[in-house]
Amino acid sequence: MIRAGLPLLILIALAVLLWVGLGLDPDRVPSPLIGKPAPAFELPDLEREGETVTEADISAEGAALFNVWASWCPPCLDEHPLFMELVAREEVPIIGLNYRDQPEAAREWLARHGNPYRRVALDREGRTGIDWGVYGVPETYVVDAEGVIRYKHVGPIDERILENEIMPLVRELRAGESP
Amino acid sequence: MKVISLLSMLILFAGASVAAAPQEFDNPEKQARYDNMLREMRCMVCQNESLAGSPAELAQDLRREVARMIREEKSDAEIRSFLVERYGDYVLYRPPLRAQTLALWVGPFVILLLALAGVAVYLWRRRPGQDEAALDPDEQARLKRLLGEGEAS
Repeated sequence: MIRAGLPLLILIALAVLLWVGLGLDPDRVPSPLIGKPAPAFELPDLEREGETVTEADISAEGAALFNVWASWCPPCLDEHPLFMELVAREEVPIIGLNYRDQPEAAREWLARHGNPYRRVALDREGRTGIDWGVYGVPETYVVDAEGVIRYKHVGPIDERILENEIMPLVRELRAGESP
Repeated sequence: MKVISLLSMLILFAGASVAAAPQEFDNPEKQARYDNMLREMRCMVCQNESLAGSPAELAQDLRREVARMIREEKSDAEIRSFLVERYGDYVLYRPPLRAQTLALWVGPFVILLLALAGVAVYLWRRRPGQDEAALDPDEQARLKRLLGEGEAS
């Protein structure tokens, strides 16, 4: 009984382990930045000549989304309609970080597809992206009113992620701010 | 088809060698530190490549940052923590020993010990003399009889 049972048990344990491993996405690496203050930056504003955007602008009006995008990034276009919809509902402001992009190309992209961003910071060298631990554009962060990063998603967001993960957190944070 | 794949490989590797264009340092010791550091760091974009060999733009940016920190005489530990603060332990090919990573460090040795124990048990059970001893007196007598019959015929 034991002789037959032990190898079988090991086989089943291995199968379960590998099955769970198959379901994990190696691109989802937990960010060490969650719970930490948003990394500081001061970058030129994409649309307002001579002005700068800083990390304080993200949460100036309470919890907000911070979205890293580029005109050269096709998945950014996939998630873009969701942001347009979100802004139309006026639920939460979105601040953009234009990552390693040409400003003219970025402006043209926003003119063609619509601009959901309250402000867009220009990170041409990707230096601010490094401070935010960006490694797969697009990335979306939730920053609370105190300027602390509360959530990060790597890759394009979809309706499920927006409604199940991002918006419940944003609503909770924004409800806490205005009693 | 083969020619195309060979060509595309060549193009890929040409890109890689250009991407890993060496940074200039004023002394060979710094160059050695730079090379070692890059080999120990994972490129977050193509996760099975180190920062040293990856042609990804992020890897280029990070190589530039590492080179800058080495020129600024930052220690290896400072450079490592710069990267870990931003990308997490995952960026290190050699993860630190912690409660969370214990299985990673100890696991292979535990499995080795289990395997050795398994082999030892197997050999113990098969040691010479074991089979005869397992027979009770009745069985021994029957065995002798059978063997005796074999000799007789």
